[in-house]
Amino acid sequence: MIEVNNLTKRYGPTVAVDNVSFNAKAGEVLGFLGPNGAGKTTTMRVLTCYLSADEGNATVDGYDVFDQSVEVRKRIGYLPESAPLYTDMGVIDYLKFIAQVRDIPKSQRQQRTKEVIDVCGLDSVIQKDVGELSKGYRQRLGLAQSLIHDPPILILDEPTSGLDPNQIIEIRNLIKEIGKEKMIIFSTHILPEVSATCSRILIISNGKIVANGSPESLADRAKGGEVVDITIRGPADEIESKLQDLNFVSEFNRVDTVDGLFSYRIASEKGRNAAEELFQFVVQNGWSLTELRQESVSLEDVFRELTGGSVNKEVAA
Amino acid sequence: MNNIAAIFKKEFRSYFNSPIAYIFITFFLALSAWFFFRGFFIINQANMRGFFTVMPWLYLFFVPAVTMKLWAEERKLGTVEILMTLPIKDYEVVLGKYLASFALLGVTILLSLSLPIAVASLGDPDGGPIVGGYIGLLLMGAAYLSIGLFASTLTENQIISFIVGIGLCFVLLIIGEDIVLFNIGSTWLASLFSYLGLGTHFSSLLRGVLDSRDLIYYFSLIGFFLYLSTLRVQMQKVG
Repeated sequence: MIEVNNLTKRYGPTVAVDNVSFNAKAGEVLGFLGPNGAGKTTTMRVLTCYLSADEGNATVDGYDVFDQSVEVRKRIGYLPESAPLYTDMGVIDYLKFIAQVRDIPKSQRQQRTKEVIDVCGLDSVIQKDVGELSKGYRQRLGLAQSLIHDPPILILDEPTSGLDPNQIIEIRNLIKEIGKEKMIIFSTHILPEVSATCSRILIISNGKIVANGSPESLADRAKGGEVVDITIRGPADEIESKLQDLNFVSEFNRVDTVDGLFSYRIASEKGRNAAEELFQFVVQNGWSLTELRQESVSLEDVFRELTGGSVNKEVAA
Repeated sequence: MNNIAAIFKKEFRSYFNSPIAYIFITFFLALSAWFFFRGFFIINQANMRGFFTVMPWLYLFFVPAVTMKLWAEERKLGTVEILMTLPIKDYEVVLGKYLASFALLGVTILLSLSLPIAVASLGDPDGGPIVGGYIGLLLMGAAYLSIGLFASTLTENQIISFIVGIGLCFVLLIIGEDIVLFNIGSTWLASLFSYLGLGTHFSSLLRGVLDSRDLIYYFSLIGFFLYLSTLRVQMQKVG
């Protein structure tokens, strides 16, 4: 449904998007993940025909984003970052305006407007001006605006940024709900967000796609050895010298000492069931175990590894 | 057409949803009435010459104030990103915005018709120059608006947009003024400048003669600046 081939966009000497290719099919919820300035927004702006690209091409539903941009725009609902809206308009007036430009027949405008108000939970603010709305409601209105023509494709740029935790969960649930019927591309730099909502993740760093896959497959990639947190009651010297001798322990650090309880963070080698073996180890030595926890490897590790923790200047924020 | 109408409606309402329209209309009418009555009883003639001759200068400060926000505000708020990703052609947005600003000016000029009515009730004025003058006010205003709209596409700062608008109109206005023309040596340049001057054709309309050359001048000027605005909007896609 969306096909992007070798897309490159430069701002002067800065390459914001560097030879990016990917595609997305109907029914997918695609998450763009990357540090600020990685090129997420620029990629979205090219897809929504807001910006042109320097090289490469992109098609939406078979229409070229540069040559047939009006056709492309008809099929996309777009919520730019931080939901820019006309502050001097009424909520209803704004939706009516969008409905008119979106070419919704006059007879259906009323109904469509009501539908998106329901879906986005805007009932309580329909009398207000956009300027009076809180950040959360603006975001919802932005979403309502992008949904009003019932587009097959929804592109959302950081839909949850600047919202409080409750609002974030609401918007996420909304995305999940909408994602059942539509294709959604959304960007974020918050990791749990993508694992919670996406069927596929593109990790973008410095304008390049560095990973492309489902949340699970990406998490698998990061799985090396395990990390286990363990707290043992026993003689510290003996514990530590014996830990040293264990062949599957590649590294250990004492992280805490409280009243004869010693806490360690232990990194094990790949392919060993470290938690179980450590349990046996403690039991065999006749010490007592007060805590044993296996740290799960997460997307976070993939993300850090792939983006190198790099944070560069926000290009075209 | 539908898109132009939608943009027009949105922009026109936005003038009246904010204090802009009310302040504009009030002060424009107050100032124009002042300039009208200041000389009217002294000259003691039932005509509006004094009023019309000051209008190009009044426009200079008022008209760019109408257009300054049209693009600058969109870019400042970021709303341009939603606007330009709607299925709408660039020129439709430009035209819709332009027509909305013209409608506001039109309303204002309509309200100023109380002045010629006053003149007619006090004496027996020659209708030709007044009708010509009002047509001139609309055409010249439309030209100023197109320049102001173009100035607004250049920046996201409304004050810069306002001042650049004044500057562009000012240059186009004074090149047709006698004092500039006298100081130009070459005659063909002087006649070119005189032709290009915003006020020249207005003065000619003030004589009460509707000359097609004046109409062509204003319409081509408007078309030229609307085209520049559209180009400028398209250029912004390149980033």
